[in-house]
Amino acid sequence: MSTPAGQAAVPAYTPRKRRNAELLLIVLAVVISIGAYCAVGIGVSGEVPSFAYRLGGAIVVVALVTHLLVRRFAPYADPVLLPIVITLNGLGLAMIYRIDLARLDKSGPDANTFASQQLIWTALGIVGFVAVLLVVRDHRRLQSMTYTFGLVALVLLVLPLLPVIGQNINGARIWIRLGPMGLQPGEFAKIALAIFFAGYLVVKRDALALAGRRILGVDLPRGRDLGPILAAWLVSLGVLVFQRDLGSSLLFFGLFVVLLYVATERPGWLVVGGALFLGGAYFAFLTFGHVQVRVNGWLDPFADRDRNFQIIQGLYGMAHGGLLGRGLGQGSPDITPYSYSDFIAASMGEELGLAGLMAILLMYGLIVERGLRIALICRDGFGKLLAAGLAVSIALQVFVVVGGVTRLIPLTGLTTPFLSYGGSSILANWAIVALLLRISDQSRRPAPAVVQLDEEDATQVVKLR
Amino acid sequence: MSDITLTLIKLGFLAVLWLFVLSAVSVIRSDIFGARVETGKAGRPPKVAKAKTPRTPRARKPARGKPRRLQITQGPNAGQSVPVSDQPIILGRGTDAAIRLDDDYVSTRHARFATNGEDWFVEDLGSTNGTYLGSQRITTPVPIALGTEVRLGKTVVELQK
Repeated sequence: MSTPAGQAAVPAYTPRKRRNAELLLIVLAVVISIGAYCAVGIGVSGEVPSFAYRLGGAIVVVALVTHLLVRRFAPYADPVLLPIVITLNGLGLAMIYRIDLARLDKSGPDANTFASQQLIWTALGIVGFVAVLLVVRDHRRLQSMTYTFGLVALVLLVLPLLPVIGQNINGARIWIRLGPMGLQPGEFAKIALAIFFAGYLVVKRDALALAGRRILGVDLPRGRDLGPILAAWLVSLGVLVFQRDLGSSLLFFGLFVVLLYVATERPGWLVVGGALFLGGAYFAFLTFGHVQVRVNGWLDPFADRDRNFQIIQGLYGMAHGGLLGRGLGQGSPDITPYSYSDFIAASMGEELGLAGLMAILLMYGLIVERGLRIALICRDGFGKLLAAGLAVSIALQVFVVVGGVTRLIPLTGLTTPFLSYGGSSILANWAIVALLLRISDQSRRPAPAVVQLDEEDATQVVKLR
Repeated sequence: MSDITLTLIKLGFLAVLWLFVLSAVSVIRSDIFGARVETGKAGRPPKVAKAKTPRTPRARKPARGKPRRLQITQGPNAGQSVPVSDQPIILGRGTDAAIRLDDDYVSTRHARFATNGEDWFVEDLGSTNGTYLGSQRITTPVPIALGTEVRLGKTVVELQK
């Protein structure tokens, strides 16, 4: 990619492993995770939960093993990503546990609880993280499977619409049921799409950037180059229409438009993409009842208190929290529907306050910053686009869901990465972190040591021709 | 639990949370506020991974087989050359290029030649028409030896003594 700033940054870069800095941050992350659990127990019942020691031990072991594996298999990987993700995951677990306690308190021992399941999903997510780190030894291999991943993404998107395994939950048809497990294939489609977009754009970006007419001061691309963006638009509209999933639709389309912009450096694509998005959104608003409900709930939630109960409760929750929060275990986040998944940001806002929520948002900001930084220092175009795509997908997802909860944009159902309850989300996001670490390991690694090139080696180079 | 304990736990937890965020930022400080200026003892020399030969001081005389200049052998600028030092050399049509190549098939910032003190590498800077070693278009930094012909557009350059 011809980003002068990024290119200029490469030679000045000194390869450093920073693994000890990572270890230090991981220790802090573990302290926060266990501390959050204990604080919840103290806040709710006045004592440290009985299984805190076992849980704490498990967290320490898991964090250490993960760290050692990264040290061994991705020694130059970014030092900040893993600790931040562990912290977010730990905070999410503590909050889900806190909401479980409130439910148990309210409706007796048969209440639905989620913390133990989330713990299992987190363990699986870390196993997946390690597996991706071990299997993908060089991210450039993924480029050769560009269209395979495109197909995988399409299949994953269509799966919930199939008759037997597809399931309609809360009006959105985004679930599949495999035996005892429910999965949201859309979360995994996100990764496959990012790989597909990156692989496609790295090949096509010259045609997209250079050929085209200039109309009204905006460089418009050629008609035939518009094909893929129109296809992406149609697929996202299809997700919106058939699966009734606003959030994913916005996420996929936004991801593609931003990657187009990154690949071609043409702001014209943002104009085209923005216009298509506005058109699609207005069309959806006119046509679909559920979109109208969301938009009305955004503009004036108090006009229909029953229908917008969730968003109103979320707002009151955050107001209740104020600047410093009620303290873990001392608010009442459980009265908001889905406070453990879609509305976990509101629960955090209530118990940790603005100060805590800002810290969490900053952590997401740091993840995205690291992702874009990895894209900048990465040496190959595919890695740049993939890292940028993964970072942007996390940024968009956090923006869409937190923006929805805080009533900045209409509420759409998406999970908050690492915080929310949800197996697919945890698995997919840990895989994203593994990919980011792999790319950063490749790009921060010093140039491979080459044995002194003398005349014989020179002849070998000539032979290669 | 008394209220004061709970409040202390609450504030303490927030403090630790922010301590974590700030220490994460301090770890990546050099990325955000620019690279640290390496001064005196504080500066560590850049590590070269698994350099098998012991590093000798920088200020030695060019050893045998050390290139002295980057020579253009074919193309519109044939005959021109640029002396090489430790600094990377950028070739292209742009103003920041070491030699402004007058070649329509060369990009503004086309390729960079850089050394790690031992070997020289050529790296394509995302040029439109690519940088070639023989018939092989390069995608990553590739080590080159004295006399290896590197082709950018219609221009051919090589390292010479």
